[in-house]
Amino acid sequence: MRTGWKAALTRTLVLGPLFVFIYLPVAVLVLFSFHDGMVPVPPFEGPSLQWYERLLSSDRFTNAAWASVVVALASSALATLLATLAAWGLARHRVPGRRWIEGLMLLPLAVSYLVVGLGLLVAFSAVGVGKSLWAAGIGHVVLNLPLAFVVVLGQFDTQQARLERAARDLGASESQVFWRITVPQLRSAILAAFLLCVTFSWDEFIVAFLLSAFDPTLPVVILSMLRTGLNPQTNAAGTLVFVLSLLAAVLFELLIKKRGPSEPTGR
Amino acid sequence: MTLAATATAPEQVAARRDARRGLLLTAPALLWCVVFFVLPFATMLVWSFYSGGGPGEGSLGLDNYRRFFTDASYTSALRYSLEVTLIVTVLSVLLAFPLAWAIATQVRPDRQRLWLMLAVLPFWTSYVVRSYAWLLVLSPDGVVNQTLMTLRLITEPLELSFHRATTVTGFVHFFVMLCTLTIYASLSRIDPRLQLAAADMGASGWQTFWRITLPLAAPGIASGAFLTFVVTIGDFVTPQILGGNNELLLPQIAMLQITRRGDIPMAAALSVVMVLCVSAAYLLLARWITGARR
Repeated sequence: MRTGWKAALTRTLVLGPLFVFIYLPVAVLVLFSFHDGMVPVPPFEGPSLQWYERLLSSDRFTNAAWASVVVALASSALATLLATLAAWGLARHRVPGRRWIEGLMLLPLAVSYLVVGLGLLVAFSAVGVGKSLWAAGIGHVVLNLPLAFVVVLGQFDTQQARLERAARDLGASESQVFWRITVPQLRSAILAAFLLCVTFSWDEFIVAFLLSAFDPTLPVVILSMLRTGLNPQTNAAGTLVFVLSLLAAVLFELLIKKRGPSEPTGR
Repeated sequence: MTLAATATAPEQVAARRDARRGLLLTAPALLWCVVFFVLPFATMLVWSFYSGGGPGEGSLGLDNYRRFFTDASYTSALRYSLEVTLIVTVLSVLLAFPLAWAIATQVRPDRQRLWLMLAVLPFWTSYVVRSYAWLLVLSPDGVVNQTLMTLRLITEPLELSFHRATTVTGFVHFFVMLCTLTIYASLSRIDPRLQLAAADMGASGWQTFWRITLPLAAPGIASGAFLTFVVTIGDFVTPQILGGNNELLLPQIAMLQITRRGDIPMAAALSVVMVLCVSAAYLLLARWITGARR
């Protein structure tokens, strides 16, 4: 490995321009949410909180934010529960056809959200189920199930299997093992999966748009805000969404069990 | 096999009970997958073969698909979608590789995780918002145009928004971060002794790169490329916000069938075409992607 100034130079030359590219839109978005003017373009004036005040006093925005939070929390909780049970079943029992089951669980990852949403739209209208936040929530469970499954399954390890066997040897029933050994041991993995699902769900546009009718979620409202052109209020909305997702993402990162330095992502 | 053959009866009973417990735990998730993913997809597949209003109203046949391959607005949407998706996939990998490589080789091991997190932080902006942020940056009075004018490189603002290139920029921004994660995962697993051994045997820096580093990084590159392909070809939001009205992509055309024409069977047929494109991409990349699991 190169050391000293040569590494520093390579680092700057490679990472510098790429970091500018990656951070430019976010920096502009956040900075101009504090803009004291009507159009969010340079030169920057301010700072001012007027756009946040207007945003938070708009019923349309707060209702949508509330709808998004409810759908995200409920669908993520259900997705995480189903995924944890399934991961437990596969990690702790010899199930025939395990590869097929895993493949089926991961299948929704291989089609786009639009296809999942359209499929549900067609199926729901075929059996006469109307559009609602419930329908959108069902769609979000489909999208999040594979993610939560991968995260939780990756955190079952042999150390824990031993603890569970010990509990069983001491006469614990299956449900006692699950609630008193498995869940507490996996608590951080389960919470991490839940948070990951929340960040994806509360950001999701297409399924929510196709399946919800009169109570739009936040991304749907933000997209309709774009029709008015560039507007610092949209910057403020975007910044709030970003900050909340970021908080969940940082928590996720802290909760996921760290593997050894030679295997940073685990397998 | 031999174990099963010699197993005594109680062991077989225990194994069967164990399998049943496992299946029981997996059942709710599988049921959800089947009821809300597999069945709807099958329904959509059936609808795509109906013309008109769907089963009950239209007639069964290949009409939608015939229309798709003969009507220029559909064939050009397919061509644009494939072109944009391929450009985005190639550019994302080309930009993500140096980023992942620099973090994996030019940064101290104990700081790599932090750098990786920093490199993908804007990943967490909502994608509606991320596309809007690019509109801000690229607008006629935006940061890029104003900087270029201050530097006197241009005198008139450039028309940077509402082109194919704008859509590509928005996509690449997102997927550079995603591919950096998958490529870094492959690169950081390479045993540095392999590269040292190659150098000891007289390989030049380039030879080591082409014959050791790149082949070992292939799984990360392939899985990043596949994810990029899947999401890009099916994304409605990014081209809708950034692309303008000149070149509509497949997801935009599919959404038009629903919101304007109420032609759900045609939208279903378009979705089936998208899924076929994704399957083709998977078959092309499968060799390297499955290599990642071994």
